Amino acid sequence: MTVGLKPEDRPYLPRGVRVHADKVRGRTVLLAPEKVLELDEPGVAILSRVDGQSSMNQIVTDLAAAYDAPPDQIEADVQRFLGTLRARLYLMVRQ
Amino acid sequence: MTVQPPIAMLAELTHRCPLSCPYCSNPTELVRKNAELDTDTWIKAFRQAAELGVLQVHLSGGEPAARRDLEDLTRGASEAGLYTNLITSGIGLTSRRLDQLEAEGLDHIQLSLQGTNAALADRIGGYRGGFDRKMAVAQEIKARGIPLTLNAVMHRQNLDDLDRTIEIAVELGARRLEVACVQFHGWALGNRAALLPTREQTQAVKATVAEAARRLQGVLAFDFVPPDYYADYPKACMNGWGSTGLNVTPDGTVLPCHAAETIPHLEFQNIRDHALADIWNDSPAFNAYRGTDWLPDPCQSCERKEIDFGGCRCQALALAGDAGATDPICRKSPLHAQVTRALLDQPNDRTDAFTYRVNP
Repeated sequence: MTVGLKPEDRPYLPRGVRVHADKVRGRTVLLAPEKVLELDEPGVAILSRVDGQSSMNQIVTDLAAAYDAPPDQIEADVQRFLGTLRARLYLMVRQ
Repeated sequence: MTVQPPIAMLAELTHRCPLSCPYCSNPTELVRKNAELDTDTWIKAFRQAAELGVLQVHLSGGEPAARRDLEDLTRGASEAGLYTNLITSGIGLTSRRLDQLEAEGLDHIQLSLQGTNAALADRIGGYRGGFDRKMAVAQEIKARGIPLTLNAVMHRQNLDDLDRTIEIAVELGARRLEVACVQFHGWALGNRAALLPTREQTQAVKATVAEAARRLQGVLAFDFVPPDYYADYPKACMNGWGSTGLNVTPDGTVLPCHAAETIPHLEFQNIRDHALADIWNDSPAFNAYRGTDWLPDPCQSCERKEIDFGGCRCQALALAGDAGATDPICRKSPLHAQVTRALLDQPNDRTDAFTYRVNP
């Protein structure tokens, strides 16, 4: 299986994976089984749009508008980030 | 030195366990039931941990299900804001208890696997019927959709079943398989002649894991702990002493790693007597091997010193007789010949007989 997302895929964080405010360190993290990932600003921006309803296409369009950036470039960044999470099963998709 | 707060706490709720695996990671001196922390003290420790910066707690043992208050402890950890992970053999978990654990906010289960069939698994675990009960619990976990990691502890007597181990992980709907080759501390060190893989197995396991990880991408994630006697460089034990994790034993002793009590000159403090933050930040034991300033040569001048921090302190003690030495697994260690000799002697020393762990 490829971990790349198709335009119509609707990604979501499965049970056991969640975004968490790490108050002690003043940062946002992704909590997953036996793993803590620090999220940078783009990571937070992407995951805040990952809700199981929005498609990959909608997420990219929304981010491109919000950051006034070319969709192609945004799409590549989102694919790279979500693909890495999906390979670890920290992210799943509904078709 | 600026001390970063810990990320994870391994809470050894009890050393009691129905299994008696010959590689148990508990110390050879086990804590008895009447010395275990009570429910409230554990929950207080979870709150202190969260305030200190811990994000995940691993409820472990022994067998944590041997604690009748496991559900209360899970709620306490969850209410403290911690990601709660249960590390279990499955024995003692019933349908009703799993319902309750889910309701209390359990986030994830790591289920151990001793072998791929009842005859092998029950011999390794020293507990007849254990495999069948574990598989029944695994089906209950799967039916509930609780995120599952299968932790397969691998050694000479089950490494040849790795393909079937991977199949079982997929069948059980596990998201992750940890192929954890036995690390030789405590009970496992005493059973080294029965557990140390062959060189052929070591090469095969690496190839099998790499191939399966590619084939099952997006289906099953792999974590691989390779057999370290065959490695060129040591593991970064605990990712650096006192850097990211701490361990609390059943009686409340706070350790930088689960085997640290083997180091005789260190004194470890107890959460009954001291605040967790004080132990983490200021206790001599946590500062003994923190950072890199203490490292001897060849580590001090090595380009890998921020990668492996000189390896494992407990292994350095076990093999070099000095917890402050370079881990002899490292090929640059002056005592690496000890490891080489163990490997050379291995074909002659080999036995299938185990010295089983006992119960406290």
